[in-house]
Amino acid sequence: MVANPKMNERENILGRIREALSLPAPIPGAHHGEPSHPVSECDAAAHIPEWLPRVGVTFEEQIALFRTNATELKADFLLLDSQEELVAKLREIAAAEGWKKVATHSHELTDDACAALGLPMVRTDNGYEARDMESCDVGISACDALIAQTGSVLVTSQSAGGRALSVLPPHHVVLARREQLIADLPSAFALLKTKYASGYPSLISFITGPSRTGDIERILVLGAHGPKKLTILCV
Amino acid sequence: MTPAASQFKKNATALTADLRHRALIRTALKKYEVVRDDKVSRFQNWQSARQSAAEIKWDAVNHLDTHLVEFARNLEARGTQVHWASNAAQAREIIIGIIQERKAHSIIKSKVMTGEEIHLNDALEKAGFEVVESDLGEYIVQLRHEAPYHFVFPAMHLTRGEISDLFSKELGTAPTDSPEELTMIARRVLRDKYITADIGISGANFGIAETGMISITENEGNARLTCALPKVHIALMGIEKILPKLEDLALFLPMLATAGAGQVMTGYNTMYGGPRQPGEADGPEAFHVVLLDNNRTQLLADAEQRDALHCIRCGGCLNVCPIYKNIGGHAYGATYQGPIGAVITPHLRGLQQWKHLSFASSLCGACTQTCPVKIDLHHHLLQSRRNAIAQKPVWWEKPLFQALAFLFNHAGLFSLGMKLGRIGQVFHPLIKNTGIDPVRAWTRSRELPKVAPQTFREWWQTRK
Ligand code: SF4
Repeated sequence: MVANPKMNERENILGRIREALSLPAPIPGAHHGEPSHPVSECDAAAHIPEWLPRVGVTFEEQIALFRTNATELKADFLLLDSQEELVAKLREIAAAEGWKKVATHSHELTDDACAALGLPMVRTDNGYEARDMESCDVGISACDALIAQTGSVLVTSQSAGGRALSVLPPHHVVLARREQLIADLPSAFALLKTKYASGYPSLISFITGPSRTGDIERILVLGAHGPKKLTILCV
Repeated sequence: MTPAASQFKKNATALTADLRHRALIRTALKKYEVVRDDKVSRFQNWQSARQSAAEIKWDAVNHLDTHLVEFARNLEARGTQVHWASNAAQAREIIIGIIQERKAHSIIKSKVMTGEEIHLNDALEKAGFEVVESDLGEYIVQLRHEAPYHFVFPAMHLTRGEISDLFSKELGTAPTDSPEELTMIARRVLRDKYITADIGISGANFGIAETGMISITENEGNARLTCALPKVHIALMGIEKILPKLEDLALFLPMLATAGAGQVMTGYNTMYGGPRQPGEADGPEAFHVVLLDNNRTQLLADAEQRDALHCIRCGGCLNVCPIYKNIGGHAYGATYQGPIGAVITPHLRGLQQWKHLSFASSLCGACTQTCPVKIDLHHHLLQSRRNAIAQKPVWWEKPLFQALAFLFNHAGLFSLGMKLGRIGQVFHPLIKNTGIDPVRAWTRSRELPKVAPQTFREWWQTRK
């Protein structure tokens, strides 16, 4: 018997790795002829934005791209002019879908909007019962960013009311501000790094469209486990 | 022939002749290349993206020790428990230990291919726990007590009719031929499981060394729920899944989506950096990451084939492989199917037992061309053939080539052979494809080429 088997396995694995790595591996992509750009060890990440899908520089171009991506993903995206319009829109959807109970968290964007609905609310801020949230018709949350390049919504457990709010109710409504629209994925990670420099939230999630599956005959079905609908309201 | 080899041969022979099965795979994969190419064309430079991805993974794998140490240290700093398992038995033991310590009973799982590799479900059931798969495809194959058919699309081989029958039998639901209704049946059943399960088990697509996070890619939201509601989250991850930096995901997330399923981005890409942190609304009390070696270090030691550890399991090489498209996923008898499975299985489970998979290839190179991280798949198959022979030479190969050399060096003998061949072929139809046909391996499915009535040398002589 070894004193600390756990520590031992760690050392065993690391030892095997070090031994294995004593032989150098050929440079990456060598067999494919000349690499398509010079191999610069450990500098690959610097060029990522140049390879990814193109994004325009103006707000108009970026919002148009976000809209195209969202439509392709079967998410609803609306650009609204004021907080009042946002509240009105939310009430309109609530009436159309017959919401009876709403799950949300406290945030400057969600507070007034949810209060205006006048419906029973489950707030996640101080903990909640999973069954209680499950019986809600909608989860309304804020977000960290909207990403034009992919049509994704970036949320974290700090910015969007925890882990379950954006996936447990059958409809997820995201409230965002225009300034939250960013160009591409590299800027999303840069944003995370500055915003959470003092400690990352335990969950960071890129939500791209409503929950989907193609597991049965590769036919697209929305709402596999998470929300069947994703609505993004931007003011 | 080893048992695995003869089983493979039997499966492959039966399945290539099964036209219904082949039609099913064709329907499932027919749109793959079209949608993928559409998404590839949106990249400003897909080839450079592949090269960068290969370089980042190269760095990760070739400095694996330092990255793993950093990864574990960062996870532990935020309250995650990191476990190291050299083999399948240790990994199972660790996971069962965590569950027993919690006195837990019910487990919900999102897709974990490493779990298939270590036969986790069997072990958990034997230990008396209730395990439910939550990925729709995995749930279906679990109800059928089957292995996944494809590591990205586990239930690709089933029709809606078969799934409807399965649900009627196992869940008592009314038959339906709508994929939507079938999905909703699973949704209803599984919702309850997320809420009541004590433990959530997930895999990990990437492990970020710099920040100490795992990243999970999924479309359904089942992993999100699995990691949100149960009190304990256990993630099982192969040691090669490391990426050095958080921003590397900016490249890998869209590439995985594009190469894997022709998507711009997969539905949910989620990074988990610990259990519920102070001030957060929900999340598990405990987060465990189990790092699995299980012979990955053996593959690492083969410098020539080390790049096979770059694999991000997009499944792209399966989708374009002419062999996979004809025999399907179950024929391989291995956890990882298709070209990447044929490359890594001999390393993970023994070269001599699994070398036959290196021959399950037309060497067309479609896999290598498609791979987003530029793994030299088809050359690795050739190298494995070479290594297998070098390790265990075939005794009759040398005398055979000596005999042939003798024949080619003696003109009289050679032309006698040609004459005999010409006579022989007249009588060949009498025994063609029977037990005594010496060329049966060929004639079973093909015609034997005809020996020309006159050889070139004979023609040359008459000409003079
Ligand atoms: S080997 Fe390449 S193409 Fe095949 S699954 Fe892995 S990453 Fe994808």
